[in-house]
Amino acid sequence: MYEGAIQDLIDELSRLPGIGPKSAQRLAFHVLAADTTDIKRLSAALTRVKEEVRFCVLCFNVAEEEKCRICRDPRRRDDALCVVEEPKDVVAIERTGEFRGRYHVLGGAINPLEGVGPDQLRIRELMSRLSSGETSELILATDPNTEGEATATYLALMVKPMGITVTRLASGLPVGGDLEYADEITLGRAFEGRRKL
Amino acid sequence: MYVRRLELTDIRSYAGVAVDFEAGPSVLIGHNGVGKTNLVEALGYVATLASHRVSSDAPLVRSGASSGVIRCAIVHDGRELLAELEIVPGKANRARLGRSPLRRSRDVIGALRLVLFAPEDLSLVRGDPEQRRRYLDDLLVARQPRFAGVRADYERVLKQRNALLRSAYLARKVAGRKGDLSTLEVWDQHLAEHGATLLQARLALVDSVAPHLEDAYQKVSAGQGKAVVEYKATAMPENILQALADVRDEEIARGTTLAGPHRDDLVLRLGDLPVKGYASHGESWSFALAMRLASYTLLRSEAIEPVLVLDDVFAELDTGRRERLADLVKDASQVLITCAVEADVPISLRGARYLVSPGEVALVQ
Ligand SMILES: Nc1ncnc2c1ncn2[C@@H]1O[C@H](COP(=O)(O)OP(=O)(O)O)[C@@H](O)[C@H]1O
Ligand SMILES: [Mg+2]
Ligand SMILES: [Zn+2]
Repeated sequence: MYEGAIQDLIDELSRLPGIGPKSAQRLAFHVLAADTTDIKRLSAALTRVKEEVRFCVLCFNVAEEEKCRICRDPRRRDDALCVVEEPKDVVAIERTGEFRGRYHVLGGAINPLEGVGPDQLRIRELMSRLSSGETSELILATDPNTEGEATATYLALMVKPMGITVTRLASGLPVGGDLEYADEITLGRAFEGRRKL
Repeated sequence: MYVRRLELTDIRSYAGVAVDFEAGPSVLIGHNGVGKTNLVEALGYVATLASHRVSSDAPLVRSGASSGVIRCAIVHDGRELLAELEIVPGKANRARLGRSPLRRSRDVIGALRLVLFAPEDLSLVRGDPEQRRRYLDDLLVARQPRFAGVRADYERVLKQRNALLRSAYLARKVAGRKGDLSTLEVWDQHLAEHGATLLQARLALVDSVAPHLEDAYQKVSAGQGKAVVEYKATAMPENILQALADVRDEEIARGTTLAGPHRDDLVLRLGDLPVKGYASHGESWSFALAMRLASYTLLRSEAIEPVLVLDDVFAELDTGRRERLADLVKDASQVLITCAVEADVPISLRGARYLVSPGEVALVQ
């Protein structure tokens, strides 16, 4: 145990995901040794991210305004909607350059072990977007693991009666994986070869 | 296939040990408790990612150490492959094959095919259905490694479905509310899908292994009785969804999944009588041994000849059965035998000899 501020910083850092007590200590002493201007910049970025970044009112992607950049873009197609678990998945799919429609970010996947059901996800909001009738294809791009597959099946069961074409990314993505970690080529190919559910 | 070298760092009683093996029979000799089983258990772990003795990983790491490493060089078709597993209790294992780290430790399965027979295997015939399901699934994975994934997928879906049922059960019992079961249909579908794949494979496997079992029991027991194995399913592959629907009310009342291959069993019989509850101690032992020998001869007849491990087996057998067992396995590509008394092992199996003492293994010249 250290005294005061340095221990406070270690405690805060070790609450972050993927950071154990040892890395927290290393980071804290790095901060202590670093240039004051560098740390001021880091600290300002941390504050700004909470003050300025919001969630898009339409798709729940991260945004700096009421609507995100993609929802504001008039050149994107309104008839195709791609459902993902997290904002980082939007970034991964954008990198492939295969998709020119809109997104919907669920905020996770159905996961009873962690107490996550449909009510904890942005599913009601998705349904109300779909009821406007503009969407003709719904692409389910949840992760290719147990929870992502269950979420996709759940959405397909709800949406198909609405007469919307429902597709799922083609296999070829590493099973048991995270969309985020698929390389552009694999993910792009999975997008191209998506199959109807 | 054979194991050319085994290296352990902070595994069980070994701080660091390296043993060089040869093809053919090897005998590991030492008093009780010196660490013989610890060696072969480590090999079993590389083959199945589980110990045949304990269900958690913590006891495998030497007490006082925070992680342990098993490394082994496996020779197959004249090519050598290095498999390495780092066990860190409470965390995901790290695995390597050759030079490349694996994304998932599960991908190491298949590198070493191994059949291990140990005194604990008496529970195959006397223990819970779980032991017999594991026997089948381990053999399935040794035969077709891709089923390690099917099994893991099934188990994950089962866990999620049970969690959903339990939360609905608790909502009703504790809060008097109706739980949210809106995703149950989805979990049913996925459980039935993965379950059917697993079950079909198990059924086909039982058909393939049954004649090998009958044959092995004949040989081990010198023709005393016919060993029969049958799969007892809670539902056939195409009926799992229906079976789930049939027990739904009870599942919700009890908060757990009541149909599917995780509830199945293997029925073992000698002639017309069930082994459990009827067979003598000697017959039960012969039956368990015959089950492992059947795994071994099935794998050997199909593709890659596995490594055979006989842990502390000969002391339990009378002279006749010792000799018959030796005849069955003496030309195996590799058989590793552990014993306290070397004289218990028939001459035809006394290949290379190793003396095991606490923390050390020495080749006897
Ligand atoms: N995690 C561990 N750390 C240190 N020693 C262990 C560990 N697990 C088991 N042992 C020791 O290993 C010995 C048992 O080894 P084992 O291989 O089962 O013996 P045997 O030669 O009879 O097969 C016991 O002395 C036990 O204390
Ligand atoms: Mg032993
Ligand atoms: Zn948006």
